[in-house]
Amino acid sequence: MEGRAATAVEAVFREERGRLLAALVRRFGDLDLAEEVTAEAIEAALVHWPVDGVPPKPGAWLMTTARRKAVDRLRRDQTYAARLAILQVEAERAAPAPPADSRSAGDLPDERLLLFFTCSHPALPAEDRIALSLRCLAGLTTPEVARAFLVPVATMAKRIVRGKKKIREARIPFRVPDAAELPERLAGVLQVIYSIFTEGYAASSGPDLQRLDLAEEAIRLARILRGLLPAEREVAGLLALMLLIHARRDARTGPDGRMVLLADQDRGRWDQAMIEEGLTLVHEALAGGPAGPYGVQAAIAALHDEAADLATTDWPQIVALYDVLLTLTPSPIVALNRAAAIAMRDGPQAGLALLDELADDPRLRGYHPLHAARADLLADLGRATEAAAAYRRALELAGTEPERAHLRRRLAVVESRPEL
Amino acid sequence: MKYMLLINAPAEPAEDAPGCDFEDWQAYDKTVKEAGIFVTGHSLADLVTATTVRVDRDGQRTITTDGPFAETREVLGGYYVIDVPDLDSALDWAARCPGSRGGGSVVVRPIAAFED
Repeated sequence: MEGRAATAVEAVFREERGRLLAALVRRFGDLDLAEEVTAEAIEAALVHWPVDGVPPKPGAWLMTTARRKAVDRLRRDQTYAARLAILQVEAERAAPAPPADSRSAGDLPDERLLLFFTCSHPALPAEDRIALSLRCLAGLTTPEVARAFLVPVATMAKRIVRGKKKIREARIPFRVPDAAELPERLAGVLQVIYSIFTEGYAASSGPDLQRLDLAEEAIRLARILRGLLPAEREVAGLLALMLLIHARRDARTGPDGRMVLLADQDRGRWDQAMIEEGLTLVHEALAGGPAGPYGVQAAIAALHDEAADLATTDWPQIVALYDVLLTLTPSPIVALNRAAAIAMRDGPQAGLALLDELADDPRLRGYHPLHAARADLLADLGRATEAAAAYRRALELAGTEPERAHLRRRLAVVESRPEL
Repeated sequence: MKYMLLINAPAEPAEDAPGCDFEDWQAYDKTVKEAGIFVTGHSLADLVTATTVRVDRDGQRTITTDGPFAETREVLGGYYVIDVPDLDSALDWAARCPGSRGGGSVVVRPIAAFED
């Protein structure tokens, strides 16, 4: 097949891959085996379909091919042989005929929810949860995941092997938690997706401020999850939050890769279609009961996205939402953002007083946005020497080059300005 | 699948930790046994009774020392081995164990299975 056509077909398979993998995990209860035969089935499709034509039920074709290969493999493999009978019995018992409802998309039942919960199981190290979710559900290869996180491929491969080993040997089950466990476990799944997004949005290190590919992968994962759990309002909230932030991506960096703050962004470059989609989801996330933390954060992002500029932003409402968020998820970072909103509502002096209180919190000592926010308010108040010291502290702590460049520019401004 | 629940008590137990009374332990032990998952389990005598043995490289000299090691923040106080379907179930039993409360913790370790 021609190279470009093959790439196009592979892109189609990316979507199908997670679905196929999940169905096979459900069938055989073995992630390694499922991964191997998923790859083989897709390889077989790439060979046969261009010649024989795409079968009428491509999903079923892939599933049948993969299942046959799995059974062959189990029969060949001595260590697997004894388990074959058990696995089959277990699989038949655990997998009743899939209901013909919204969970069945195309001609393959969608079992990806099992994989979401297993990949983000709290017994796995946080970094392994991210790596496994990107690989098993977003369909990224190990080198792609490694590149996205700027770690060597061998390191990422080790993480994935370690994660799969724990799933297999500690027997982390492939199951959807029951209603009692669901809220806590779902929060874990959302946490993994949001970590992927934030890593993509504000890369913690490296030359680029944003790594859009990761942010888009996170949005893709949230869309899949939303399809699987349409009634969970926090899933809608998380997707809304990410869309409403991601809508500003083009305005967030200047042509030279320079970081542009919310105050200075060209709001005409915000993605209005994405904002519209986010706003619809926010309403869903906030309707019908107390909002969760993602819904509240999405509402804050929505207020920013709807405002024509910083001055006309609804700061009282934003402060009120931060108050709610602080009760839902008390954290010094939420308190910091609330202080910044109060500075906008009541003036820099009020914000600074709150930031000075927060500066004593040991959890914020190494957090550069605190020092940058203090520096900005001190500069607004004309306290240039103190502002410069705070910018220098932020500079020591900032991780990405565009952030450091931004801080250096601000530092240069206050240093050139006489003390008022 | 068999899991060992290693029950670590804080070196300095809290005064009034709810859910860790003798009655709580009795009730937990009874539940584990009635659930049909109990394989084995013991509670260990006080740490001051512990002795550590090491044999040096050439196998000549046995070094015997008092206690496990100094400055332990948590002390292994006992263990259960349970047989349950998967890790989620083992974690659930660990969470119900009085040893996981009052500053204590329970470490869940799968028992290694060797293929024969």
